[in-house]
Amino acid sequence: MNMTFNDLLPLMPILLVTATAVLAMVVIGIRRSYAMTASITITGLLLAAVMAAILMPGTNRQVTPLLIIDQYSLFFTVIICAAAMFIAIFSFPYLSNLDDDKEEYFLLLGIATIGAVVMVSSTHFISTVLGLETLSMSLYGMVAYPLHSKNSATHPLEASVKYLVLSAAASGFMLFGMALVYAQTGTLAFSSLLSAGAGISEGYSIAALLLISAGIAFKLSLAPFHMWTPDVYEGSPLPATTYLATIGKAAMFVVLLRFVEISGALNFTSVVVVFSLIAVLSILAGNLLALLQNNLKRILAYSSIAHMGYLLIAVIASFFAEGTISIEAVTFYLLAYVIMSLGAFGVASVVSTSKSEFDDIADYQGLFWRAPWLAAIFTCMLLSLAGIPLTVGFIAKFYVFMAGVESGLWVLLAALVIGSGIGLYYYLRIVYCMLTPATDKTPLPFSGVESLSSHSVLAILFVLLLVLGVYPAPVMAIIETISAFI
Amino acid sequence: MILVVLIGVLFVGGVIAWISERINPDYPRLIALVAVLLDLLLMVILLSGSAGSEAQWLASIDAQWMPRFGISFYLAADGLSGLLLLLTAFLGVIAVGSAWDEIKDRPGFFYFNLLWTLAGVLGVFTALDLFLFFFFWEVMLIPMYFIIAIWGHENKNYAAMKFFLFTQVSGMLMLISILVLAYFHYIQFGTFSFNYHDLLAVSTGGELEMWVMLGFFIAFTTKLPSIPFHSWLPDAHSQAPTAGSVILAGVLLKTGAYGLIRFAVPLFPEASLAFAPVAMTLAAISILYCAKVAFAQSDIKRLIAYTSVSHMGFVTLGIYAWNEQALQGAVMTMLAHGLSAAALFMLAGSLQHRIHTRNMQDMGGFWPKVPHMATVALFFSIAALGMPGLGNFIGEFLALLGAFQSNITLTVISAFGLIFASVYSLWVIQKIFHGEFASTNFDDSQLTDLSRREMVYFGAMMLGLVWMGMYPQTFLDMSAAALGGLLAGSQELVTSVVQN
Repeated sequence: MNMTFNDLLPLMPILLVTATAVLAMVVIGIRRSYAMTASITITGLLLAAVMAAILMPGTNRQVTPLLIIDQYSLFFTVIICAAAMFIAIFSFPYLSNLDDDKEEYFLLLGIATIGAVVMVSSTHFISTVLGLETLSMSLYGMVAYPLHSKNSATHPLEASVKYLVLSAAASGFMLFGMALVYAQTGTLAFSSLLSAGAGISEGYSIAALLLISAGIAFKLSLAPFHMWTPDVYEGSPLPATTYLATIGKAAMFVVLLRFVEISGALNFTSVVVVFSLIAVLSILAGNLLALLQNNLKRILAYSSIAHMGYLLIAVIASFFAEGTISIEAVTFYLLAYVIMSLGAFGVASVVSTSKSEFDDIADYQGLFWRAPWLAAIFTCMLLSLAGIPLTVGFIAKFYVFMAGVESGLWVLLAALVIGSGIGLYYYLRIVYCMLTPATDKTPLPFSGVESLSSHSVLAILFVLLLVLGVYPAPVMAIIETISAFI
Repeated sequence: MILVVLIGVLFVGGVIAWISERINPDYPRLIALVAVLLDLLLMVILLSGSAGSEAQWLASIDAQWMPRFGISFYLAADGLSGLLLLLTAFLGVIAVGSAWDEIKDRPGFFYFNLLWTLAGVLGVFTALDLFLFFFFWEVMLIPMYFIIAIWGHENKNYAAMKFFLFTQVSGMLMLISILVLAYFHYIQFGTFSFNYHDLLAVSTGGELEMWVMLGFFIAFTTKLPSIPFHSWLPDAHSQAPTAGSVILAGVLLKTGAYGLIRFAVPLFPEASLAFAPVAMTLAAISILYCAKVAFAQSDIKRLIAYTSVSHMGFVTLGIYAWNEQALQGAVMTMLAHGLSAAALFMLAGSLQHRIHTRNMQDMGGFWPKVPHMATVALFFSIAALGMPGLGNFIGEFLALLGAFQSNITLTVISAFGLIFASVYSLWVIQKIFHGEFASTNFDDSQLTDLSRREMVYFGAMMLGLVWMGMYPQTFLDMSAAALGGLLAGSQELVTSVVQN
């Protein structure tokens, strides 16, 4: 297939992000300037997000067999570029006093974003793997970034190596699964496995699906493939953790959703059973293990495991429910998850620097009285993660409940209720800690606290959290439209 | 529209109160008082304007909210809601009064939470879209959590957490039930709807109806509370600050009873009929067991909390008897208990404020020192034990009278609760106010009698109880139309089931 000019227009967001990364690289080569590199990255990501938003109505184009640019992928392109921009803004004050070259961090962030955008636009194994590896490779770098810093607050080497080794193993599983699919269907594009297996036994299809699912589950940190998550979250610098937790998860989940829907994976009963087990296990393991933690990043890591479990319920429901309700549920939940995780990690980034991170719950003691504004945002983000009304997290959970009820997945819903109940405990524990009187009355001495831009980002996220929680109707309508494209 | 104003005043007032703290720490309480008084005034106008009219709904507003799921912003008030709204606003004023001198620490945020809790409660009493109802149901929890967790006593974290977990998890079961109902509406009528009137038309039927009904029942009886979901209440009450206890006992518990009357029974008449013996048995156990447990407490707030559970048993009993007298009795009990329990918690709170202990073992012989307080305490204890002439008697008597028609055995057993109530109520008075003055156990320098301000709001509550006891017709008339409507809706079906 030849590329025409008409194909270039839908590719603009990807091209813009790529151009940003290239420009940033060239500028670093000419003259090192931290502020300049950061502003180039932030502007580029903003342009890409705006471009994707402009293109969204009415774009539905297969650009080469590798990329599908439809409203759904553009919706997530907007989310990913905006989230990446926010993370870049959080990173700026965090890294500003790192005793090492800081500029390349933004280069990595830009390249990772290319990978994420490619992932959400792919219905082909080649583009999936390319996107995934671009994302992961850059993330290894971001996780390990303060490696040469003498007084780094984290353990970047441990986190990075752990992530690298396990992630490579997971990619191996996934590639093997893809090879098995190719053996049956003769194509690397996502395609239905139902008709393909005619010649060979069903076992091949199931084996292929499970291998691919295992690889994806690893990237999504679903139990029992979740072991790496808390260590990597804890060891990474906060902005990298944020990237991993939001964009890394959202992009991978879109791939999972598209793959499951197109391949008809849930028609195989054994796959449904395995998915259900993974969902229940993730919800229980994530929530129960989070109870035992005192480190904020580890708590959020385990909570993300649980949230991925909730999301998987909606994926399973997509097979049983009529209409697009469960795809809408996944979409809305991912949007909500990105907003609230960005907010929660954002507050932590704002009060931390590369030299000292606020990662123990006790660090937040009395935050309500030391920095009421930050504490109010953090409280709302945590309540949203717990699914309390007035916040977007409640609407998201409502969607998942709705999908589950329509599909009659009572056991999974019971797990969801139990999980949310346990979840409340550790979220409220953090909130309570912020409420207790401060032992340390000094104002927070960190650079991020003075950073106006970080605070504006938090304000935007806060407004989004409340507006989408109170009046979600417009976004619901958009999501209903775009979900038809899956 | 007036309903939106009623709720909006509290939401906005809360925000202003919080901000005004920066100007002057005395402003929040003033603003809170103005907001609740304004609400009370608006309610009186609303209720008096519609007195005598036959219309079932006094006021309503219906606007699209989330059309994707047929969710609307639908508020409406009938006589039943009206009475409870009035109770809420009245106790709101009392709660602000009781916090007036007690809350010195971060008053802005305190009054913000207080007003938002009240706003959530008003929303619960008026929402007729089930999604909106659930929304308000959860909204009132968070500020209450903060009230207990920040201004509570020695074990506040545990109590606040327990309160939140119990109500939230049971609430989620209700959410599933609501969604199942909405989904049934989708199957039967082709559209999603969370509208109360639409959902009344849904025929659930079969085994599933019982499970769906249980989702509602568990959520409401956790809030009420009834055995076996009551264990959060004594902790929450004993740890909450006085104003928190007033709202909790006076208003929040009533949302559970309101939910049973408005939703749990009318939406699932068949399942409720089948379930009634179980519910009434739980009610009887609550009445007797919690009266017994109350007697064993030494912490005065825990004692009152257990008596609350016991009295709420009469409400459940009345609701599941599901006839006019029983329902009237349940509603009267809710109102009267709202006042008497709130007053008792305030007395306990003011004692604790003065002598810094809630342990009754340390108290004794206070009568000569604080004659006014002792008299007031005696009045409300006697009201709580069901003395004829005061509101609680009317409520419990009607509830028992109605229940007698439906289940004689359980009614007879439950009636013993009245005797137990006399025992523990008088025992408390005996322990605290009579006998030898126990001055060695605490610092009695602060033990002063009730101030004039305190006398004013105790006086107002006494007046309310006497009114309910002497001329209950005012209140019975107001709820009659609403309850009649609810009964008529389900009666047809119930009688047909009984006949078969």
